Amino acid sequence: MQDKSPFFDEMLAAEDTARVPYADYHGWFSGEDLSELRKKSIEAETFFRRTGITFNVYGAAEADERLIPFDIVPRIISAREWARLTRGIEQRVRAINAFLHDIYHRQEILRAGRVPVELIARNDAFLPQMIGVAPPGGVYTHIVGIDLVRTGENEFFVLEDNARTPSGVSYMLENRETMLQMFPELFTRIKVQPVQDYPVNLRRSLAASAPTDCSPDCTVAVLTPGIHNSAYYEHAFLADQMGVELVEGHDLRITDGKVAMRTTEGYKPIDVLYRRVDDDFLDPMNFNPESTLGVPGIMDVYRAGGITIANAPGTGIADDKAIYSYMPDIVEFYTGEKAILKNVPTWRCSEPEALSYVLDNLTELVVKEVHGSGGYGMLVGPAASKKEVAAFRKKLQARPGNYIAQPTLALSTVPILTKAGLAPRHVDLRPFVQVRPDGCTITPGGLTRVALKKGSLVVNSSQGGGTKDTWVLEE
Amino acid sequence: MLGKTAGGLFWMFRYLERSENTARLIEAGFRIALTRPDGADDEWASVLQTAAVADAYHERHGEVDGAKTVDFLLRDSANSSSVLSAIAAARQNARMVRTALTREVWEAVNDTYMILKEELARPVRTRDLPEKLAMVRQQSALVRGALHGTMLRNDIFDFCRLGTFLERADNTARILDVKYYVLLPSISQIGSSLDNVQWETILRSVAGQRAYRWLNKGESSPMGIADFLIFDGRMPRSLRFAAMKIGTNLTYLEKAYGMRQPSHDQIDVLTTRLDTMTIERVFDDGLHEFITDFLTDISRLGGQIERDYRFLG
Repeated sequence: MQDKSPFFDEMLAAEDTARVPYADYHGWFSGEDLSELRKKSIEAETFFRRTGITFNVYGAAEADERLIPFDIVPRIISAREWARLTRGIEQRVRAINAFLHDIYHRQEILRAGRVPVELIARNDAFLPQMIGVAPPGGVYTHIVGIDLVRTGENEFFVLEDNARTPSGVSYMLENRETMLQMFPELFTRIKVQPVQDYPVNLRRSLAASAPTDCSPDCTVAVLTPGIHNSAYYEHAFLADQMGVELVEGHDLRITDGKVAMRTTEGYKPIDVLYRRVDDDFLDPMNFNPESTLGVPGIMDVYRAGGITIANAPGTGIADDKAIYSYMPDIVEFYTGEKAILKNVPTWRCSEPEALSYVLDNLTELVVKEVHGSGGYGMLVGPAASKKEVAAFRKKLQARPGNYIAQPTLALSTVPILTKAGLAPRHVDLRPFVQVRPDGCTITPGGLTRVALKKGSLVVNSSQGGGTKDTWVLEE
Repeated sequence: MLGKTAGGLFWMFRYLERSENTARLIEAGFRIALTRPDGADDEWASVLQTAAVADAYHERHGEVDGAKTVDFLLRDSANSSSVLSAIAAARQNARMVRTALTREVWEAVNDTYMILKEELARPVRTRDLPEKLAMVRQQSALVRGALHGTMLRNDIFDFCRLGTFLERADNTARILDVKYYVLLPSISQIGSSLDNVQWETILRSVAGQRAYRWLNKGESSPMGIADFLIFDGRMPRSLRFAAMKIGTNLTYLEKAYGMRQPSHDQIDVLTTRLDTMTIERVFDDGLHEFITDFLTDISRLGGQIERDYRFLG
């Protein structure tokens, strides 16, 4: 690290001076041989390929299974930092569930004028089919991923809420598994909070939200769109780790008011379906009639209380990027407290004043599609060419309501291992939260995504991002 | 277990068995080509016929040619039964049923796929062929070893085994069928020893040449070989052995599920026929007719298992 970086580096306070959470790791690292570590790094890749931890890239003709690069330098968070984050995350998740219940029932928050009515009414993520439906146990978002970024010692922001089907948890688990295999000695030296009980907890947590007529041994299943889905590996992994069946739409049918799966011994009812199929494809009778991925009539069973769908249909209204800007209000409205976790300042381009500011400062801002995800269809002003900015300006002017803009954050860096040694790269963090009727569990750490390209701020795996193991230290 | 999963396991192991058998067939053909370069094309033609891809081959290449035949059988993606296509299909099924496999079985299949994809990325030079074919056999053994060493003996295992033996019964029967004109004793052949090379292909393609020689003190006769490959219950690639194994695994399923299915009756009929039949009667009635009936029964049984255990919707 030659130049003084304008970014907060989580490992190094100054050249060769590690910050407190990294002190032990840095001490260990300094005694290691670089070429040995590089070798380990290649070993890790072989390990991932053998295990088949791949993802499919949409639109990539060749090599339809790709590996997400893994960096062997962990991202470390102290117990104290984590405790503060978890309080904020829990508060936010509680508010999201309260918001969803409200928005599909009495809509108090709209009556109170805290969120504009048209933002809900004209939003594709709002499902009228969910109005008045009470999900079993009152839980809407059984699994939530809150994307956090850091800009300084105590500066954390929520970049995005993932309330539909957050993915990446298999990487969190496999990354730890890989680190344990490669560096067992590190884990005896440094006490890291475990993450491995995520799948067991998930099964328990899903079962806790089962319908009231649930069979005593509660049958849980994971619904996947199939082996060509980009996250298929994760679907199979989670089903396997939970010890439940991995089903596709054509394995299911409705019998006697229950959703049932075709087994070698006939149809067997399912109580809880952890679905990794989007709302739109869930039920051709109630949503997109073209869908072959879902189960015709599942929404009717759901409305009658015969099955738990996790996450509930319609939760997308809570993680919509247009709603995001109202999250501080939403948290306050339902919890009566100020939001512990800050939002990134956001300009809603639907508002004329905001739009003109955004258009004037396009090269400084990050502009995102309201409904986009995965880093597609966004503009990173400072990194974009003049041509890209000009093209984006046209798109923005044509449909301003489709966009929000945020300042380009000075994302913190954590070093990765390169040929030349450690080199800082920008990171974000996605902690995973499991929600039960009586509370929630946050797995210590989460998935750290890292932009492997020098200077890049885009961490998405589809855009050249990698991952790191994330350590939360014991007290 | 999901019906789809049972089907995936069944087909995964059918494809694995097919890839191994195709590799063995290539090996047998290659061996002949080495020992009698003049008449090898006939032999390659019968290899293509045995693998049930003769039409597909002619459409693609026309005339039978040794190198093209090897390439077609080994690595052509246009041939869905080529070694590489079969391995890819096995792995695709394995991905689908991953939750039913131990990590070791999955890794063995995935490794096999990655290794062979790499090794067979380009046409194989003649001098490298034995090594590559050996690799296919070794990889099959690896998967089988992982299966036996790590999997629970439950319905999952039974479906894997059903796929293996149904495919094997089919493959061995095809080898016999294509060679029936060789095995069929004609007036001129009675009392004369069978063409050494011909019987070697047959036995070699089922890895039975050594066993056969031990059992028959080095002497070969058409009837002896046919008897060995059809009726010998000790020979792991014989029709009888495969049928017995199918029967055993279906019985395990019957016990596990507490339900008897039509496929159980079908295999019983088939096994009884093999138990009561003799090679003399097979030859009297015609070997080709016998094999044709057997292949029809096996294919019908496959369809019945598929329905009994709800592989498809």
